[in-house]
Amino acid sequence: MAEKIEITPEMQAVVGVESPPWPHEVTTTSVRAFARGVGYTDPVYFDEAEAKKRGYRSLPAPPTYMGTPVFIPGKSNDTFSGPLQTGPRLKHGLKNVLDGGAETEYFDDICAGDTIQMTVKVSDLAVRQSKTTGAMLIVTQEYTYTNQHGKVVAKQRSQGLFY
Amino acid sequence: MPLTFDAFKEGDALPELKKQPGVTQLVKYAAGGGDFNPLHHDYAFPQSKALGSIIVHGRFKYAALGELVSNWLDHGGRIRKLSCQYRGMDLPDQEMTLGGVVKRKWQEGGEKLAELELWVKNAKGKNTTPGSAVVVLRG
Repeated sequence: MAEKIEITPEMQAVVGVESPPWPHEVTTTSVRAFARGVGYTDPVYFDEAEAKKRGYRSLPAPPTYMGTPVFIPGKSNDTFSGPLQTGPRLKHGLKNVLDGGAETEYFDDICAGDTIQMTVKVSDLAVRQSKTTGAMLIVTQEYTYTNQHGKVVAKQRSQGLFY
Repeated sequence: MPLTFDAFKEGDALPELKKQPGVTQLVKYAAGGGDFNPLHHDYAFPQSKALGSIIVHGRFKYAALGELVSNWLDHGGRIRKLSCQYRGMDLPDQEMTLGGVVKRKWQEGGEKLAELELWVKNAKGKNTTPGSAVVVLRG
């Protein structure tokens, strides 16, 4: 358990540096797979005719589904499926991580047929003391999702808790 | 029936959504969402052993809160913002009750908006995943 965590100038220098873009695909199959994984029964996420009847171009992406990152062995993370290269590495030496939470802001719809470019940056670093884990480094990452028309369709901020 | 702005008021509760994901459901979520951390499907994984169980993906709960709001809207509107914090772990095969309440409804810049407070309660009634949402109604 770390008693104290220092945010070094080297760590601070990573904040705000945007990663290169990585494509995420939204397909009818990938929307169904996500909706099935959550346990949806709403046909709009499975049946294109139903989706069109409700005014969508195709199957809409269920909330929190930002497309499936294109998987390339050697370039993608085998466990979490995202790209391995997401900008400069934050060096903190802490081994344990917990997911703190997430916030998604939508600016437009995301539907099957879209290809989305994702970029990510560390937007904030903070240290918090926890009774159970000691000092924690809170890393906020901001993801930007831009569709094939160049429109930013969503931003997501998530917090990783390192200790 | 798609939800309309006049069909609800502040203080109204969203219809509850019950979830009881077993390991098979979590495997389906891993495949759909892309998170293959063994902590969510492999009881022999060291971190699972240390915790005494695999645990439900935080992101599964986040997505399920999205389903709760989507079911309520019934495509009468869209989610503008959706957030949650993971305050407690949830275990597979345990019933979770997802719920929410309308905190505020208002009109601004020609848009019909509502703010929701959301939660995931475990079988003991503890809120493991507080959340919130802002939705925009079409009609």
